[in-house]
Amino acid sequence: MKKIKPILLKVMTFLKSLLIKLAIPLLSIFFGFFAGAIIMLVSGNNPITGYAALFDGVFGDIYYFGETLRMMTPLIFSGIAVAFAFRTGLLNIGVEGQLIVGWLASVAVGVMFDLPFVIHLPLALLAGAVAGGLWGFIPGILKARLHVHEVIVTIMMNYVALHVSNHFIRNYMLASGQRTEFIPATASLSSDFLRGLTDFSRLHWGFLLAIFACVVMWFLLWKTRKGYELRAVGYNPNASSYAGMNVKTNIVLSMVVSGGFAGLGGAMEGLGTYGYAQILSSFTNLGFDGIAVALLGASTSIGIFLSAFLFGGLKIGAANMQASANVAPELVEIVIALIIFFVASSYLIRWVLNRLQSNREGK
Amino acid sequence: MKKILLVFLFVILAFGTLLAACGQADEEEGQAGTPADTQDTTDEETGDDTDGEADAGDFNVKMVTDVGGVDDKSFNESAWEGLQQFGQDHGVEVDYIQSSDASDYAPNLNRLARDNTSLSFAIGFLMADDIYSVADQHQDKQFAIVDVVIEDEDGNTVPNIANITFAEHQGSFLVGVIAGLQTETNHVGFIGGVEGFLIKKFENGFKAGVKAVNPDAQISVQYAQDFNDASRGQSIANTLYSNGADVIYHAAGGTGNGLFTEAINRARNGENVWVIGVDKDQAEEGAWDGGNVTLSSMIKRVDQAVYQVSEMTMNGNFPGGEILEFGLDDEGVGIAPTTDNVTQESLDAVEEWKQKILNGEITVPQTDEEYEEYLASL
Repeated sequence: MKKIKPILLKVMTFLKSLLIKLAIPLLSIFFGFFAGAIIMLVSGNNPITGYAALFDGVFGDIYYFGETLRMMTPLIFSGIAVAFAFRTGLLNIGVEGQLIVGWLASVAVGVMFDLPFVIHLPLALLAGAVAGGLWGFIPGILKARLHVHEVIVTIMMNYVALHVSNHFIRNYMLASGQRTEFIPATASLSSDFLRGLTDFSRLHWGFLLAIFACVVMWFLLWKTRKGYELRAVGYNPNASSYAGMNVKTNIVLSMVVSGGFAGLGGAMEGLGTYGYAQILSSFTNLGFDGIAVALLGASTSIGIFLSAFLFGGLKIGAANMQASANVAPELVEIVIALIIFFVASSYLIRWVLNRLQSNREGK
Repeated sequence: MKKILLVFLFVILAFGTLLAACGQADEEEGQAGTPADTQDTTDEETGDDTDGEADAGDFNVKMVTDVGGVDDKSFNESAWEGLQQFGQDHGVEVDYIQSSDASDYAPNLNRLARDNTSLSFAIGFLMADDIYSVADQHQDKQFAIVDVVIEDEDGNTVPNIANITFAEHQGSFLVGVIAGLQTETNHVGFIGGVEGFLIKKFENGFKAGVKAVNPDAQISVQYAQDFNDASRGQSIANTLYSNGADVIYHAAGGTGNGLFTEAINRARNGENVWVIGVDKDQAEEGAWDGGNVTLSSMIKRVDQAVYQVSEMTMNGNFPGGEILEFGLDDEGVGIAPTTDNVTQESLDAVEEWKQKILNGEITVPQTDEEYEEYLASL
């Protein structure tokens, strides 16, 4: 009995610190949903049926659950991409563009070559990662060499990516209407096993790759020397430079790895969900949502996984909200935006929490 | 402390409410926008209302919009109007699901099939691949798609998909005739959405119409590569008007709304510029306090097509596997009923060319190659 007590105490303190870490994202989510409920009330909908429909739209049927996992797959990759750069003190707004070129490159390799499965699929994935990495390299090198702010360059690179890949698809790869040919089975991530498991949803092997990518990100950043350097540069580039680290190389490296993750996210769409690349009429928004995922997930692997699930679920459940509770699908966008808003204003939540705590201690 | 929280919450709520209110107003506007003729039919309908419902049984028709949504003031909106009309006339349940991006198409179509929808419409050719796989997984369900013909690997149509297409090139030819006759600068423009076979039909039909009546006219063509970007539409319109075009025809969905904005701005400054609308009568979009910049519109009766296919299906004649083309002859395409800005001369010319198309004197080109041949034959 006596031995158990200190262990229990340790567990308690651990849980407490975890709870404080979790407080901001959880409170943000709560506030987001709460404000969403009031908006529903004001616009004449019942928030309880609305949210019930949302919940049902994710968990009610194995098909939609499979679609939710499918939806969160590229979000995990784009979230990791944003978080990885962020850890090095870089704001990679260009995930969207890196994802688009990764999508195109992976499909291009998928369509053009005729190889056995064991070579073809890895090669296609690699092509996606390399293309994304290249797209991240340009703003990286500009930042390192010429101090051009990466936000500006990456935003511009998004447009370049969108229109350049549309150009290539339209002029060299167009098969029917808006898209390229379907990739052959040897380059495809789609899985009859997972489809069968989820009643014909488009869930594919990429989901497992996404989980693996979370582990890789954690390992790279926290378990390798290079990862330590990257984070150090993020905390304080001057101090890192003084400590003998090459800040410029680390900036470029971080952007390349970040772009590589984003490119893989695009490959998920190209090789998994769709099986082709299409002329995009506008941005996919997967890259921009990655910013939200990384922010809510506090740039940690597990956080990114969970918040990708939340956003994926919100997006898939939104259609059911509309179909069975007549709530406009835009409401979900508002809820997402509000969650981000609250996360971004986490300073306020932290301040309130501190005040509460000091009040209690004062008594 | 509490005060700050309160103020904070209040700001968020006020902001959210404002957004919600905007959304609602939009919806109401959309519903108010349905043509007045829905009003007429409700009166007739009340008499045999119960009758209709009994006939219909569990029959229901639903549609999936593409990313434009049901208030895109063109294509999706027109389909939804037709569906609502059908619902009113026959006491049938109708509904729609809006897609917020391309990856939503498959789950949305799947949702309709799973909910035992009697007939599910996919509005727009962007859903071609998705409807093919969904229809394959639900072979006992009935589907219809607008604007494209779905074929399997062997080039056969699919038995549980009805393919609805339009002869847009013919309708575009007629508005091209109007543009060719009424341009004063002898320069007209065309704004396309995303380049592809479908929008090329609009472009080539239009160009052929202009050249038919005005062989010397200059035609500028530009694609926005987006169906949903009004600001891009406006900047393209700005370029085209600045380069001397005075009539611009658009086949660009929501992107075209920017064309109207630009034209109205210029009209306010006293310039003489015109817009030709697309898909539905866009006179409403061109109205401003000093007049109307909409010259005419190429209407594509998506509402009629949706209505007719729904009716056929309800009566047990689902046109699965068939390719239905709605053209000039069954008024599937044509010029808008609002002709306030069109001269009598143009109207006569439109009638004349319409007859020529109908009795096969001319074949309106659809592709770039056909257009080249057509030009050579002039």
